[in-house]
Amino acid sequence: MIAHEQVETAAYEIMKKAAIDIPEDYLGGVKGMIDLETGDLSSFVLKSMVDNWEAATEDRRPMCADTGLPRYYVKVGNEARVAGGFCGVEEALRSATARATHDVPLRPNRVHPLWRTEHNNNVGINAPEIEWSFEPDVDWIDVTTVHKGGLFGTDYRMLFPGDGIDGIKRVFLDTLIAFGKRGLACQPAIVGVGVGGSKDICMTLGKQAACLRVVGDANPDPRIAALEQELKELGNRIGMGAMGFVGSSMVVDCHVEVGYTHTGGMPVSVHTFCLSSRRATARLHADGRTTYRTDPKWFTPYMRRETIGWPRSEPSSASAG
Amino acid sequence: MAEERAELRQRRLTLPASAEAIAGLEPGNVVYLDGVVYTAREGVYQKVVVEREALPVADLASVSNANFHCSPAAAPDGKGGYVIGGVTATASFRFSKYLADWLDLTGTRIVIGKGGMGAKDYKEVLAPRGAIYLTTVGYGTGALLGRGVKAVESVHWLKELGIAQAMWFFRVENFGPFLVDSDTAGNSLFQRQGELVNAGIEALYAGLKPPALRRYGETDDRRDELL
Repeated sequence: MIAHEQVETAAYEIMKKAAIDIPEDYLGGVKGMIDLETGDLSSFVLKSMVDNWEAATEDRRPMCADTGLPRYYVKVGNEARVAGGFCGVEEALRSATARATHDVPLRPNRVHPLWRTEHNNNVGINAPEIEWSFEPDVDWIDVTTVHKGGLFGTDYRMLFPGDGIDGIKRVFLDTLIAFGKRGLACQPAIVGVGVGGSKDICMTLGKQAACLRVVGDANPDPRIAALEQELKELGNRIGMGAMGFVGSSMVVDCHVEVGYTHTGGMPVSVHTFCLSSRRATARLHADGRTTYRTDPKWFTPYMRRETIGWPRSEPSSASAG
Repeated sequence: MAEERAELRQRRLTLPASAEAIAGLEPGNVVYLDGVVYTAREGVYQKVVVEREALPVADLASVSNANFHCSPAAAPDGKGGYVIGGVTATASFRFSKYLADWLDLTGTRIVIGKGGMGAKDYKEVLAPRGAIYLTTVGYGTGALLGRGVKAVESVHWLKELGIAQAMWFFRVENFGPFLVDSDTAGNSLFQRQGELVNAGIEALYAGLKPPALRRYGETDDRRDELL
C-alpha cells in the first residue's frame, strides 16, 4: 500500500527538481548543438544557457522564473493500491503544488482566465492538470511533473489524407518559423508532433511527445522514427537558431506520436518544449521507497497498443494447471 | 563592418544610466547592470498610464530609468522581506500601446524584456526619447539573473496586482547578461537577424504542395512577423 504522504512528498520533490535541474538528456543534446552551431549570437545564447543551468543547480534556484503551467502525468500500475484512493492522490498533487510554489519559490502563474483572480499557489479550477494512464502487471505509481511555458510555440491544424507528409512538414515549418522569430518558442527545444486521434487527443499526444520523451528516444515504428529524424533535420535547416538569430539550433529532438483518427482527416499538432525542459519523475514503490529520474517513460508498449486486448501475465502460482 | 564587430562586446552600466552611456550602446552588445531596476507590466501600465494613478516612488527617474518586463519568482521570507529565486522576462511586444506615455511619465530610458518590440516602436517611440531596448538571453537565464538581484528594495501594489504584476524594485549587481536589441537610432538586432534568416525561408517550402483547406485571417508570407 502506498501512503498518501509518500505521494505528497514525492510530488513536492519533483516540483523542485523539475524547476531547478536541467534533465541530462536535454543538456547533452544542447551541448551537442553548441559544437555544430556556427552562428556567433546563437552560440553565445546556448553557452549562456549552460551557465544558467549550472548556476541553478549550484544555488538551488529555478532555471527560469516563468514557471509555465506546472502539471502532472500519473501512471498507475494495475496492481497499485494507495491509501486514501485516487481522489487522495489528486489532493496530494494539489497540496504539493501549493507548497513547492511557496518554498522553491515558483512564480504563481495560475489565474482565472476571465477574472484574472489567483490564489498565489498555482492551484485553481482545473489546475494543475492531472493526466492519468495505466500500466499492467505492476504495483508502482509513477508521478511526473512538467512545467512547460504556456504562450508560444504550439499550433494545431486539421489536415486531410491527401495533404500527406508534405502537409505535416508545412505545419511543422510554419509553427517553428512563426514562433521561432525572436526566439518566442524558447528554442532549441524538443519538438513534439501529434498526428491523428480526435482533435483534443491530437493536441494531447503532441504535447506529451514534446514533454514526456527524452532526447535520443525514437518511436518504435521505424517509419515514424524516420519521419522524426526528417522533421528534426528540416527544423535545423531553417537557418534559425536560439532567439531567432542566424544559426542551426532549432530542434534538439523531434518526437511524433500517433492515434487512430477519422478516415477523412489527419489532424496535426506541433508543440515546442523550451530551453528549460522542466520535467521530473518519481516512482512510488509498494514497499514505501521512492526513486527519482528524469525520463518519464510515459509511452509504454501498453500505451501504444493497437489491439483490443493485452496479453495478461499469469501469476506463476496459478499457471500450474 | 563596424556593426558586426559590436556584437557580443561586453558593456557594464550603472543605473540610472546617463544619456551618453545609453547612446554608446550598439545592437548585439552584451550588457550587465548595477544599481536599481524596477518591474512594470500591464497591471502597472494600466494603473499609471490609463488610470493616471501617481507613481509609488517620487522622482522615479532619479532612482532608476530601467523598466524590466518581469514577474519574479518571489515569496515572502517570513521576516517581512522576500526571497527571489529566478528572474525571467516576459514578452514585451504586448505592451507596445502603453510605452510612449509610460516613457514620458517615468523617464524610463532602458526597457528590458523578452524578444524585443516592433521596428515601429523603436523608430517612433523609443529612439526619439533616447531610449533603448535590452533583451534577456535564452530565454531565459532565470538563475543567473536571480543571482544578480542582491535585494528587494521595495514592492508596490502587491495586494492589488499579485506577485507577478506588482511593481518590484530590485537592487542589482552585475545583473545580466542582456543583449542590446535597439539603439538610440532605432536600429534593431532582431530585425537585422530576422532579415538574414528570411532570405532562406522560401526554399524550405519548395516542392511542398499547398494544404487542401486554407484558413481565414492569416498571413502566408513567412517573412512577416506575427507581432
